Amino acid sequence: MGPLITQGLIGENWNFVIAFIIGISFGFILEQAGFSSSRKLAGVFYGYDFVVLRVFFTAAITAMIGMLFFHYFGWMDLDLVWVNPTYLRSAIIGGVIMGLGFIIGGFCPGTSVCALSIGKIDALFFVGGIFLGVFLFAEAYSLLDELYMADAFGPMKVYESLGISRGIFAFALIAMAIGAFFITARIEKNASKVDY
Amino acid sequence: MNPYLAGFLLGVTLLAAFFFTGRGLGASGAVKSVIVTAVDVVAPEHTSDSEFYQKYVSKKESPLRAWLVFEVLGVLIGGLLSGSLSGRLKFKIEHSPKISSRTRLIAAVIGGVLFGLGSQLGRGCTSGAALSGMAVLSSAGFVSMLAIFGTGYAFAYLARKLWI
Repeated sequence: MGPLITQGLIGENWNFVIAFIIGISFGFILEQAGFSSSRKLAGVFYGYDFVVLRVFFTAAITAMIGMLFFHYFGWMDLDLVWVNPTYLRSAIIGGVIMGLGFIIGGFCPGTSVCALSIGKIDALFFVGGIFLGVFLFAEAYSLLDELYMADAFGPMKVYESLGISRGIFAFALIAMAIGAFFITARIEKNASKVDY
Repeated sequence: MNPYLAGFLLGVTLLAAFFFTGRGLGASGAVKSVIVTAVDVVAPEHTSDSEFYQKYVSKKESPLRAWLVFEVLGVLIGGLLSGSLSGRLKFKIEHSPKISSRTRLIAAVIGGVLFGLGSQLGRGCTSGAALSGMAVLSSAGFVSMLAIFGTGYAFAYLARKLWI
């Protein structure tokens, strides 16, 4: 059955209506989870609020399990699902630059849009910064394309790179997430409170 | 909202995105579409010369018609809805009492620039590369997640005045 649009079961024009509705759900949930506050988000790095870890891992695992079951029931063809290709060097360096952006700016792009929507001026400046950063990358692309294309591994799956089966990896990831939920709850309890 | 419930609902939203479109969620890609469109309007010779812009403007359709642009417009509306239901709509510069609003805004711009650059180099941000990538168990998704959060922790001590 799924993915519906990829297979032409729903017309291309519906694509954008669905994008808009999914975006509304995305923004609503981020805001309800408290992701419109940079100081709440930053809590994950200082131990006073681990909401980012809880929401992020629960979401990733829910979607992962959902897709495995959809595939198992024959509702969704996982071969048609886009798997982002691994370009190891640019993924690591890009990730490090984003990590710096996170600890300095307090948002990531999705959460900054969410915070902007409720009137956070700092989020507006962050979003402006993203535009500038993307523009700088576009203009500097000829200098960066070698790095951008280096160490290409294609749409590699993480369990293949680790040499284990999909089921074992999924199980281990869920176990690690549950462990992390317990440990971080204890850290949070002992951390000095921060008012924001 | 309970964070685990929020995470579950976000996971269902992500699953829906995959079920309908075969791709996950994203955010930084929408900015790229806007930049490409804007540069193409201002300097069309430049976009047809540049290796980067060429990839996105060669199609006849406007890059603004991209899936992620509509999705991010939805995020704005969804956030606004949630904020108004919960009484959180307010113009505000949020910052640690140890820094001024001005410092906060400068840090926000720097953080945004870094995220803009990093997300293009890393082929997606926290939502597009890390979260969606992890959901499909791509190696790139896990590498991005570890690099983003690992770096955050590595530099947390140096940046502590900004937050606590």
